[in-house]
Amino acid sequence: MTPISAENIVMNYGKVKALDAVSLKVEKGELFGLIGPDGAGKTSLIKILGTLLLANSGTAEIEGMDVVKQYQNIRRQIGYMPGKFSLYQDLTVEENLNFYASIFGTTLEENYDLIKDIYKQIEPFKKRRAGKLSGGMKQKLALSCALIHKPKVLFLDEPTRGVDPVSRQDLWDMLQSLKKDNITILVSTAYMEEALLCDRISLMDHGKILATNSPDGLIANFDKPLYAIRSGNSFNIIKKLKAYKHANSVYPFGDWVHYTDKRDTIDPLEIKTYLENNDTPNVEIKQIKASVEDCYMSLTSKNQNYEPA
Amino acid sequence: MSQPEKTYSISVENLTKKFDDFVAVDKITFNVQKGEIFGFLGANGAGKTTAMRMLIGVLEPTSGKGQVAGYDIFKNSRKLKKHIGYMSQKFSLYDDLTAKENMRFFGGIYGLTNKEISSRTKELLTHFGMEHIEKERVSSLPLGWKQKLAFCTALMHKPDVVFLDEPTSGVDPSIRRQFWEMIYETAEGGVTVLVTTHNMDEAEYCHRISMMVAGKMITVDTPQNLKDKYKLETMGEVFLHLARGYEKEHAITAS
Repeated sequence: MTPISAENIVMNYGKVKALDAVSLKVEKGELFGLIGPDGAGKTSLIKILGTLLLANSGTAEIEGMDVVKQYQNIRRQIGYMPGKFSLYQDLTVEENLNFYASIFGTTLEENYDLIKDIYKQIEPFKKRRAGKLSGGMKQKLALSCALIHKPKVLFLDEPTRGVDPVSRQDLWDMLQSLKKDNITILVSTAYMEEALLCDRISLMDHGKILATNSPDGLIANFDKPLYAIRSGNSFNIIKKLKAYKHANSVYPFGDWVHYTDKRDTIDPLEIKTYLENNDTPNVEIKQIKASVEDCYMSLTSKNQNYEPA
Repeated sequence: MSQPEKTYSISVENLTKKFDDFVAVDKITFNVQKGEIFGFLGANGAGKTTAMRMLIGVLEPTSGKGQVAGYDIFKNSRKLKKHIGYMSQKFSLYDDLTAKENMRFFGGIYGLTNKEISSRTKELLTHFGMEHIEKERVSSLPLGWKQKLAFCTALMHKPDVVFLDEPTSGVDPSIRRQFWEMIYETAEGGVTVLVTTHNMDEAEYCHRISMMVAGKMITVDTPQNLKDKYKLETMGEVFLHLARGYEKEHAITAS
């Protein structure tokens, strides 16, 4: 049975098309990422799959059950961690866990094994109120609560939003460790580099899925030679490259600039010479493999300039 | 009272903020030069927002010294506010007003004349290639464009220093880069930019970065120097190295 499947899901908010005929299939035990910026439709899709929102049209099934007709059964088998911290701030860590366990007719002891790797990190603070926890600890508690009833499918909506790099890595480590329990996980993020930590991903933009693939598969489909170029002052090199008549795309990445050319084959020396003739000394240039972010920007390049409706 | 000497745009010495027993910001010291893009990094709860609130004059420090745009943050916080721009983490424009109306509103708040408002609005929107959204209602704009507009409103009164609190979180990757080009251009024009981000790729775009852990500023340097110093490839690795290392060394348990 497919843990998550959706077909032609459409969701409109007034005139805004939040989801525009989205289809998706996630296999058993997969860690699947929905990657895209705010407004791409990630939250709407997760809410529809989690039986919290009714789509305008289309169908979706979780573990073979229809999200509309069998929502009650589905809810017993899924865990959901919303983007906003939604536990009871005035209850302690332990009270929150016991509360969620009792809702699902289970106990902390019964499923302790599943959450112990995560829970033991916050167990020393079990008498502390949830509202008094740090951001990283709140997340660990929220994840523990979402797992307390041993769900088959886990939905996480932007768990790394506004989270610092250390806590972000902790969270991904926790998700990886859940794979051994064969839980199917659907996670959304606007951080493109987190795509690499997923088994498969869908890139989303303006309510559409642009591509679904493994990160490696996606990167292999990047169809232009990609060069990384640097010379000390990034802003200068960006301006110079954008003014270059053959430039197709120019995007800063850290202290490098990623560049593609309009021509199919190019001699990197030519670009180096062009830059050096235009007050840009000490140019380093190398051909590189695309990142997921390169792929995303290449797929969305037509949408860069906002056109009023 | 004479205006203090303007050597640095931001100059802070042993700046401290305590909430009862809790030391949120613990004797931080740093200087930022005019036209510099200064990245303000740190873990969640490390004290970045508290420090920033003191620098923009909305939170009184417990002790230490500080000057921003030439004004003392203890004595001249009112005057200081006229010379800085601030873009909060939470989106701060009016959804039901158009782009132009928002700029007019913020220009008015800063006491600009109608004439100044018109010319400055035109200047900024033209300069950043945003004239075509002038009549758009903010609610209809994608997040990235809202953030670009919010940046423009923070520049309406020609501040000496702008403070940007996680301006690009959740923004489309190409629009995020357009936003950073706006930052570069603004800094080249002599405006000092202090920016917080959790995106380590963006940390590399800063001239210098500082890193806060548990209320302390544990390092201030250029991204390149930091990567060289720890023999690491990216700022992401530097961040993990510094934050984890500091936590271990000082036996900080998450609190």
